[in-house]
Amino acid sequence: MLHNFSLGIVLFATWLLLSGHFEPLLIGLGIVSVALVVYISHRMDVIDREGHPIHLGPRAFTYFPWLIWEIIKANIDVARIILKRDMPISPTLFFVKGGQETELGQVVYGNSITLTPGTITVDIIDGQFEIHALTSEAADELERGEMDMRVTRMEGLKEQSE
Amino acid sequence: MMFAAAALAILATMVLAMIRAIKGPTVYDRILAVNMFGTKTILLISVLGFLTNRPEFMDIALVYSLINFIGTIAIMKFFKFSHLGEPHTEDNLGDL
Amino acid sequence: MIADIFSWIFILGGCVFLVIGGVGVLRMPDLFTRMHAASITDTLGAGLLILGMMIQGGFTLVTVKLFLIMLFAFFAGPTATHALAQAALSMGIKPLLSQDRRPDAVQSDDKGDGL
Repeated sequence: MLHNFSLGIVLFATWLLLSGHFEPLLIGLGIVSVALVVYISHRMDVIDREGHPIHLGPRAFTYFPWLIWEIIKANIDVARIILKRDMPISPTLFFVKGGQETELGQVVYGNSITLTPGTITVDIIDGQFEIHALTSEAADELERGEMDMRVTRMEGLKEQSE
Repeated sequence: MMFAAAALAILATMVLAMIRAIKGPTVYDRILAVNMFGTKTILLISVLGFLTNRPEFMDIALVYSLINFIGTIAIMKFFKFSHLGEPHTEDNLGDL
Repeated sequence: MIADIFSWIFILGGCVFLVIGGVGVLRMPDLFTRMHAASITDTLGAGLLILGMMIQGGFTLVTVKLFLIMLFAFFAGPTATHALAQAALSMGIKPLLSQDRRPDAVQSDDKGDGL
């Protein structure tokens, strides 16, 4: 129920912000469309913790600034490698173990790895992430597992009671 | 002025991506280059919106970003399975 | 005035990263390393440019739309890159490697098995 409600809020906010019209008629049409979409997705049973992860809530807001900072650092590293005359790359293919329990956590971790330049998630096999890294230093950095720890903490299964 | 500079840089990047798309060598290099070309197109449309003072261009950029993503995934899927429909028989959940 | 200076900084920074990424896509030796270069343009290049434009947009709906474009790029970009990498590896494109830390058992797994 909470998920239905929050989906409705998000959809209606999108409607208002993208249209930029605030006449009663258009707002009314928006409410009807949102209600219809929420009803159909409720019937299709696609509104769940995976499709609409509001339970991550505040924990996501401490994770994303850290992720953005990591992305900036990795970007500068890769940019310097490209600009060097001899391009000191040492491509590495390796496995890293993810501590996430849900598929949502694995998706967040895999996408975070791919979003950081210098590392790409190629495949996920039973919680093992197959990763291509541009340099062996980037691979070492990932194997130290700080990002894994932070994603697992954001998944927050320890204090989850639902 | 600053948007003109941004448009120039985006166009230069698009040319570089286009050279990669023409050179190949594999089809995946071309898809990578075309995907990159698409994201640069989104940026170019938004910059042009500012350059010509037409805020409606943002809507076009938003729609283009959706189409570009779906297009890349569709091409990937087509090259992998040689068709776009037909559910596969083995049970792999939502493999791209 | 200060806002203008900040947008100049962000937009010029974005331009620099865009062109570096473009050069990287040309210079890198094989497909997988090129993906790393392409992801520079998709993350910091696009992000800084959009940030600079958002400052110019001010508190308007244009800023909201730019923010949505950035948000969508941040969620869709890695998905497309991952799909490309996985498809290429499973279709038997051998990455140029200087180190392979995978256990031997899975290394033969990269042929086009009916994924």
